[in-house]
Amino acid sequence: MAEVRLPKRIMNSGGWCQGCGHGVVVRLIAEVLDELGVADKAIAVEDVACGSMSMSGVLKCDAIMAAHGRPIPVANGAKGARPDSIVYAHLGDGSAYSIGCAELVHTALRGDNMTVIVVNNTVYGMTGGQMAPTTLPGEKTASSPKGKDADRYGVLNVVDLISDLNCTYLARGEIYDVASTAKTKAMIKKAFQNQIDNKGFSLVEVLAPCPTNLHMTPVQCKEFVHTEATKYFTLGEFVDK
Amino acid sequence: MAEKVLMKGNEALAEAALRAGSRFYSGYPITPQTEILEYLSTRMAEVGGFFVQAESELCGINMVFGAAAAGARAFTTSSGPGYSLKQEGISYLAANDLPAVIIDVMRIGSGLGDIFMGQGDYWQLTRGGGHGDYRTIVLAPNSVQENVEMVQKAFDLAEQYLHPVIIASDAGIGQMMEPVELPDFKEHDVNKFDWAVRGCKENENPRYCQNIYYNMWDEEYPLVKEYGDYPTYLTKKYATIEENEQRWESYQVEDAEVVLVAYGSSSRVAKDTVDTARAQGFKLGLIRPITLWPFPKKAFAEAKAAKAFCTVEVNILGQMGDDVRLATEGKFPVGFAGNFFAVPDPDDIIATAKALLK
Ligand SMILES: Cc1ncc(C[n+]2csc(CCOP(=O)(O)OP(=O)(O)O)c2C)c(N)n1
Ligand code: SF4
Ligand SMILES: [Mg+2]
Repeated sequence: MAEVRLPKRIMNSGGWCQGCGHGVVVRLIAEVLDELGVADKAIAVEDVACGSMSMSGVLKCDAIMAAHGRPIPVANGAKGARPDSIVYAHLGDGSAYSIGCAELVHTALRGDNMTVIVVNNTVYGMTGGQMAPTTLPGEKTASSPKGKDADRYGVLNVVDLISDLNCTYLARGEIYDVASTAKTKAMIKKAFQNQIDNKGFSLVEVLAPCPTNLHMTPVQCKEFVHTEATKYFTLGEFVDK
Repeated sequence: MAEKVLMKGNEALAEAALRAGSRFYSGYPITPQTEILEYLSTRMAEVGGFFVQAESELCGINMVFGAAAAGARAFTTSSGPGYSLKQEGISYLAANDLPAVIIDVMRIGSGLGDIFMGQGDYWQLTRGGGHGDYRTIVLAPNSVQENVEMVQKAFDLAEQYLHPVIIASDAGIGQMMEPVELPDFKEHDVNKFDWAVRGCKENENPRYCQNIYYNMWDEEYPLVKEYGDYPTYLTKKYATIEENEQRWESYQVEDAEVVLVAYGSSSRVAKDTVDTARAQGFKLGLIRPITLWPFPKKAFAEAKAAKAFCTVEVNILGQMGDDVRLATEGKFPVGFAGNFFAVPDPDDIIATAKALLK
């Protein structure tokens, strides 16, 4: 068997489904923390949703599991208590843009010095694939079996929501292939560098597959995110101060 | 050196929290606790701490959760409607064994109720209130001086038991001015506890502050190793608190025919009522719970001559009555001399207490 080389801050593979985007994102974060030399003072804050599987022996960082929707204020609290630490919130689209929307907006409004990584898989992964504010028009989910009625529910784009507030950095990437993953990693790195430099609020949204709940194979789901989700959620750096 | 000053209850409490070493506060305006937020909005910076006016009580308590996980002596304050929103975070604090102090300066009523002096939150404070198997230690001051002493005690108890501790103040105590002795400043070290997240070295095990329910099947998990399993740990934790932390004040209880039971603002009136009744030849007494949970059951053994008990509360349904019935094993009539929008009148209390003897 080929030797598997893990990044320094990754202890093991996680319990995520095959083709899930969370594991890739956690790995990218772990690599960035190490490369920036701040892993020793990093505090991860995870939502209780699928991202928190990083706390099942995967991530070698001190970490807090926050209530659904609350990783941003919890991270803010940890940073307030330990201003010299490097604190980030890793959460899903449902967490950040639905139940935790108020906390996201006001943290961005205050421009609090922290890093937020949102994994947007267009569904509520953990609870079995219900419709999220990010579900695409017509996308079938467990709670929109005929396809999302976008006239009734709309589609929430974080760029519309917070880019005019007090963000220092706001970007969206994907993890489709080596090149796009490297780009996303560079975005994550910038979001952490900003915190190190005390520059304020940085958020990177990562478009990611949830094959299980989209009822696709990992490859199909990857293609769906790359071709369909990017139509509504364009990639790029939207705020970079 | 301790300082003697004249101060409003809410402000004295805020100052005392800083002197207890707290350097983290996040809150949201609501009457009658707003003076705490306003006071700390400038005072916290003077002592080099973290203050934020949060966008909601939900945010406020979740920030406290993060700060507590990182080792701070963190606190937040609110009143009934806001305290309801804090229940999510309090349940998470309890489920994570985290110390924090939450202050409820009570007002009256359910829903919006009203901003006036009240004791509307006894049930939600003492029953847990949020989801799941938990309760919190609840301290009930009845003077500005006790506000000061209890906020310090609250942080100590929170750390001793690794548990959220609540202070049940009320509009009366929060708004009143009294002379108060402020204690000296104490320092708190955020690295006091090894469990507090701070960042781990490459060769260390990471500290995870997480849902203990997920770990209860892991034989290597420290708490499981020590107690065998999580239910045993939890049962023992609450039993220990119940056994060791009951606090109360007894006043003329031993020979009393009727014993009043009152805390906070209404206990001040109740105490005066005992004197008035005794001057009239009616033997009243008073048990003043200082901890609302654990309820001071032990206090009731002293009431050897009692034929009835009567709670004095500022709410409509007499929320504390159930606890008095439990503490007295249902053997005595338990009355309720209540009022809302104002503390009950001594004459009414005496009349209610007398009627219990008929
Ligand atoms: C207050 C509260 N409401 C609902 C839930 C149930 N719940 C847990 S995770 C989740 C949705 C997760 O979706 P998302 O945030 O997008 O994360 P994902 O699993 O997709 O990464 C929900 C609704 C909860 N735990 N707490
Ligand atoms: S349900 Fe979706 S988000 Fe959750 S682990 Fe599986 S693929 Fe990932
Ligand atoms: Mg999701």
